[in-house]
Amino acid sequence: MTQALILEMTDIRKSFGAIPVLKQVGFTLRKGEVHALMGGNGAGKSTLMKILTGVYRRDGGQVVIDGQPVDLPDATAAERAGVAMIFQEFSLVPTLTVAQNIFLKREPRFAGTPFINGAEMVRRSRAILDELGVDIDPNALVSSLSVGYMQIVEIAKALSKKAQILVMDEPTSSLSEAETSALFELVGRLRASGISIVYISHRMAEILTLCDRVTVMRDGETVMTENCADLSVARIVEAMLGAGNTATFTWKDRAVPETARPVVQVRNLRLAKRIDDVSFDIREGEIVGLAGLMGSGRTEIAETLFGRRKAVSGEVIFDGAPVTSQADAIARGMALVPEDRRKFGLVLDHSVGANIILPNLDRFTRRLFVQDTAAAQVVQNTINDLSIKTDGPDKLSRLLSGGNQQKIVIGKWLVRAPRLLILDEPTIGVDIGAKSEIVDTVRAMADKGTAVLVISSELEELMAISDRILVLHGGRIAQSVNRRDVATEEELHHAIQGHSHSAPQHGAA
Amino acid sequence: MQSKATATLRPNTALPKVQLQNYVVYIFFAVVLGFFAITIGDKGFLSVMNLFNIARTTAMITVIAVAMTFVISAGELDLSVGSIAALSALTCGLVMQAGFAWPVAVVAGLAAGLIVGSLNGFFVTVIGIPSFLVTLGMMQFVRGLDMRVTYTNPIAISNKTYNMIFGSGSLFGIPSLLIWSVAVALLGFVVLKYTGFGREILATGANRMAAEYSGVKTRRIKFAAFLLSGAAAALSGLLYTGMMQTARFNFGEGAELMAIAAVILGGTSLFGGKGTILGTFAGSLLIGTINNGLIIMGLDVSEQMMVAGGIIILAVAFGKKPAN
Repeated sequence: MTQALILEMTDIRKSFGAIPVLKQVGFTLRKGEVHALMGGNGAGKSTLMKILTGVYRRDGGQVVIDGQPVDLPDATAAERAGVAMIFQEFSLVPTLTVAQNIFLKREPRFAGTPFINGAEMVRRSRAILDELGVDIDPNALVSSLSVGYMQIVEIAKALSKKAQILVMDEPTSSLSEAETSALFELVGRLRASGISIVYISHRMAEILTLCDRVTVMRDGETVMTENCADLSVARIVEAMLGAGNTATFTWKDRAVPETARPVVQVRNLRLAKRIDDVSFDIREGEIVGLAGLMGSGRTEIAETLFGRRKAVSGEVIFDGAPVTSQADAIARGMALVPEDRRKFGLVLDHSVGANIILPNLDRFTRRLFVQDTAAAQVVQNTINDLSIKTDGPDKLSRLLSGGNQQKIVIGKWLVRAPRLLILDEPTIGVDIGAKSEIVDTVRAMADKGTAVLVISSELEELMAISDRILVLHGGRIAQSVNRRDVATEEELHHAIQGHSHSAPQHGAA
Repeated sequence: MQSKATATLRPNTALPKVQLQNYVVYIFFAVVLGFFAITIGDKGFLSVMNLFNIARTTAMITVIAVAMTFVISAGELDLSVGSIAALSALTCGLVMQAGFAWPVAVVAGLAAGLIVGSLNGFFVTVIGIPSFLVTLGMMQFVRGLDMRVTYTNPIAISNKTYNMIFGSGSLFGIPSLLIWSVAVALLGFVVLKYTGFGREILATGANRMAAEYSGVKTRRIKFAAFLLSGAAAALSGLLYTGMMQTARFNFGEGAELMAIAAVILGGTSLFGGKGTILGTFAGSLLIGTINNGLIIMGLDVSEQMMVAGGIIILAVAFGKKPAN
């Protein structure tokens, strides 16, 4: 299969200050190919893509697009060369309509006048969306769309600019299963029409089903480019981590005695939205996984346990007494690692140390004053215990990689040795190395008696960490299975999807 | 060689980068001081009398600005402080006029500030109105109240003890206004930097939701910041009264903007989460020094305002993080 190359990047070099981030990186993309770009956080993949999209200027090397050497000094040049980035954090204006977003700053005019031809804009938007085979109303406000549809609008916007190369950064990280499969179909159609896609993701299974080739980067170098057909997950992981460094992301059969005391007992919980009747227990030392679709109410359950939401009916008994407020939950040893760490988990503009101290201020305050020396010791211990990679406790947490940021959020609660630890999507945007470290940490906590609730959309992760898995479906716990009784991810997957095949939700009215 | 071995092991251990924006207020202060010393040093700018004079005239702004640092660090704004200062001054004056002892009058003045501060806090944290709007309205309302209580008539303060403590007196040759402003700044410095409350203020301002999820009661924290601001504004009103030996409805007009300028010049982030009391103190002195120097240079009020405004913009521009 010798297809024409649409993109050829050779000997790309880039340094920030004295630190080389890319050392002579090569990357090629064939016409009509879906090419996965993988690597741990800090491997250099986003830097490479920022060079391609004109965000950074390369220090050396060559970029050839469609046979033409290109310079790419800025984003506009990249756009002209036919490169478009589909952002992880969406770059649409929520208060404008779909059509207004697609043609933002390129609105069609009435000939010879400065006035925008709205009807024409809608017509052309509809044509592009039809071509993509999606049913989105060009007049719908972007804020009314589901995340999956927003991403499709982004793609439509790129195609309207005649993009030949799409760079997709973790496109499925906030999509439901149904939205994900819709996106995969769309990617397939794009490929068939000759669009080339660079696909960045941490999700192995997704890469192997969707992509044609995989390139793995490590420490600013390309270490592997192979056809997907010849690859296994194990080989990719090995390439990402380096030989002999393969972390264990495998399940461990932990025996939690039936007689262990329940730490939390949820009884007939009913919430204002989505949750009708949910009951479960978590015992001392037990790790319980909560599986379910995005938007099925998992996060709402977590926040109710933590005392941030009031239940319509039912109760949450924590160590024998109902949870009355978040302050009560925290005081009695509950901890929540929220889903969106950048919004809810971390004060990004504050240091690693300040973030670790924040929920523990009560413990480090004597007569109004914070005992900084005692706190510094605990901060250092936390950094060491969780092997948080930082120059020191004073570094801004914004500057750390996703995995290390998540370790801070977990670490700040570990200081309190919680009775119940709730983790909501703990490994989104976390590389495989940090992922397995997080799993190890959680397991070590459970071994010491902490009850753990893990919410995750990644079945691989739930299968790796849980002793027991609860499947949330239609507002109830549809199944509660012991991990040792589940043989494959497929089985779990079917349980989550339920018997009735749920159709993709149409966000556009 | 030992040092060489270390150097090869860690090739990128450069000196920590100096963050210019953290020091710009001190640099500007030094430059302005130097400029005036050279140009008008012989006209009395450098005399102890004049330097004390600068400290005296900036005391009220400093006191307000220290509390404003807490409010801004918590991600809010308080525009009502100037009006509160006059309200506190008039309350204090009326109570003394009614024959009560001066400590009673002082407590009454501070109480007036705390009441307005708690109203601000209530509307921002309980009702959920942006503080800019709440305190803008409160600024108008309270200034109107100031004018109404005495129909804009001034109240003369004849109590010598009060006037000595709150304005015209001195201790060991140091003007009491200077002592007040240093004391308030020191207190603010310690509270913001070394107490749990200070950390919670900064966390609330930097990322309110993350602070909430970490167990910080952010409403309470913001409410406390407005109380603090009301109290500090009231104290500054007492200082105006002591210095002028009069209480007047127009005390503190424009003080809110001067205080905000001092806070931002000092390096506190207008968006919350990062605050420095030392910077605020320097920022306030910088503004006072500029005003004082320009007067001695013989500029009239209109020219003073233009130059001072220009310098503020310039200093903030220098202190800005370079855009990406």
